[in-house]
Amino acid sequence: MAKSTIKKSIEEINRKIKDGKVIVVTADEMVEIVRKNGPRNAAAEVDVVTTGTFSPMCSSGAFINFGQGKKPIKANQVTVNDVPAYAGLAAVDIFIGAAEPVEDDPLNKVHPGQFKYGGGHVIHDLVSGKKVKIKGKSYTTDCYPSKEIRKQIRLKDLPYAVLVNPRNACQNYNCAVNMTDKTKYTYMGVLKPKAGNINYATSGQLSPLLNDPYYKTIGMGTRIFLGGAQGYIAWDGTQHNPAAKRRSNGVPIEAAGTLMVMGNLKEMDPRWLVGVSMLGYGCSLAVGIGIPIPILDEEIALYTGVSDEEIYTQIIDYGADYPKGDTKSLGEVNYAELKSGSIIFNGQETQTVPISSYSRAREIATILKEWIHSGKFLLGQPQRPITSI
Amino acid sequence: MYSKILLLRFPPNIVDKAIAVNLVKRFDLSFNILKATIYPRKEGMMVLELTGTKKNYNLGIKYLKNIGVKVESVSHDIRKNDDKCFHCGACTAVCLTGALYIERPQMTVAFNENKCSACELCVLACPANAMEVNFERGILE
Repeated sequence: MAKSTIKKSIEEINRKIKDGKVIVVTADEMVEIVRKNGPRNAAAEVDVVTTGTFSPMCSSGAFINFGQGKKPIKANQVTVNDVPAYAGLAAVDIFIGAAEPVEDDPLNKVHPGQFKYGGGHVIHDLVSGKKVKIKGKSYTTDCYPSKEIRKQIRLKDLPYAVLVNPRNACQNYNCAVNMTDKTKYTYMGVLKPKAGNINYATSGQLSPLLNDPYYKTIGMGTRIFLGGAQGYIAWDGTQHNPAAKRRSNGVPIEAAGTLMVMGNLKEMDPRWLVGVSMLGYGCSLAVGIGIPIPILDEEIALYTGVSDEEIYTQIIDYGADYPKGDTKSLGEVNYAELKSGSIIFNGQETQTVPISSYSRAREIATILKEWIHSGKFLLGQPQRPITSI
Repeated sequence: MYSKILLLRFPPNIVDKAIAVNLVKRFDLSFNILKATIYPRKEGMMVLELTGTKKNYNLGIKYLKNIGVKVESVSHDIRKNDDKCFHCGACTAVCLTGALYIERPQMTVAFNENKCSACELCVLACPANAMEVNFERGILE
């Protein structure tokens, strides 16, 4: 047993990666290692713990420069496959947002709307190698005389395409129930009346930020698995809230930290960026993210050993309370209970339903582990920490 | 007792006839209608669960086929596209018969076609649009 205090730096771990001596385990595997050997031994044994999550993440999108035509244009109204993109940027720069529905979508006029195609689907089609149709309109200027541009173009032919997701990898999230007498269609999925089901997101013990609850090892510049490629943490995400309530193990018991992430869309894979339609709610993009947590010391080893039993979240009524802005908790439940398939809620056995893919999250953590073992993925040195308490 | 979920297609010339009731009167079968539609060109489509003894069930099917009803098994018509499904589990909230369920501990979504009643709730609820229906397209061919 190691008596001295374990201290490792990211540089040291990167040297081990280059020398082929690094020990990497997934966050699933780390639970057992810490339980069996204790955090001090775990810190001595393990250099990196890989995490993963694969879930609809609405706050996602891509910056694209689609290139000029023969006569230049200052395009200020642009659609991609008839999905409006934000074009209030220079000439032929746009941001296509995952949650934007296609033009002429009936939305919720016939409730619940189906939202079959939107920005998330455009991004999926691009990374699938399909041609997309770009249409741009504008007023003319002396330097940009063209009024209109039309293009059919593939991702590989776009001059520039970068995925920039302002809020991904939510650290924890409410689980949703519906206490009313009618079915509700929410961003947490379909909720049957009278507490017919409880839907939950996040991958629990595999989830990136639940394994580093105070963001001690990550920051701007941390290299990550993003959409099947190597991406980066760019900043705190929108709605990042490190001051959320936490248990004594540091793990928040409600929505807390979030990350802004980015990476080269051209290197990404359609398996890990999937356009989704949330019935009655809207379009989104399921994003695959995996973050390597360097085991710098015993404390980090302890954090990464967190198990589903030790991660709690709140049951919120998305039928009546949430639409009124009331997020009072109707009960606290841990992820082991949620993953079991049912819990006792208000004295009734109630089905629990994931809307985040645990099997894909595990696959991501495993891929990231292989990347690090093979030496092709080095840990990034954070240049600025994620805001913590 | 034998029970099966079937898709029946009624050609326009018999769509207005009382047919299902004869399954009860003549063959002592019981049925549960899960879905029924008449299309613009008057073809009828009905999904029903038919229950009775194996012998009576076979006689009932023979009767339907003799009068021109096309009988198909439903399970062929609702399909989980495994290239699209990313195993989130959202469909399991709406599946009434438990045909869609989560395999534990691997946490993958499985589809038992034999339990599927073709209600199509999963088709709308699946975020990845992985649940596919084929019979509506088929009946118009």
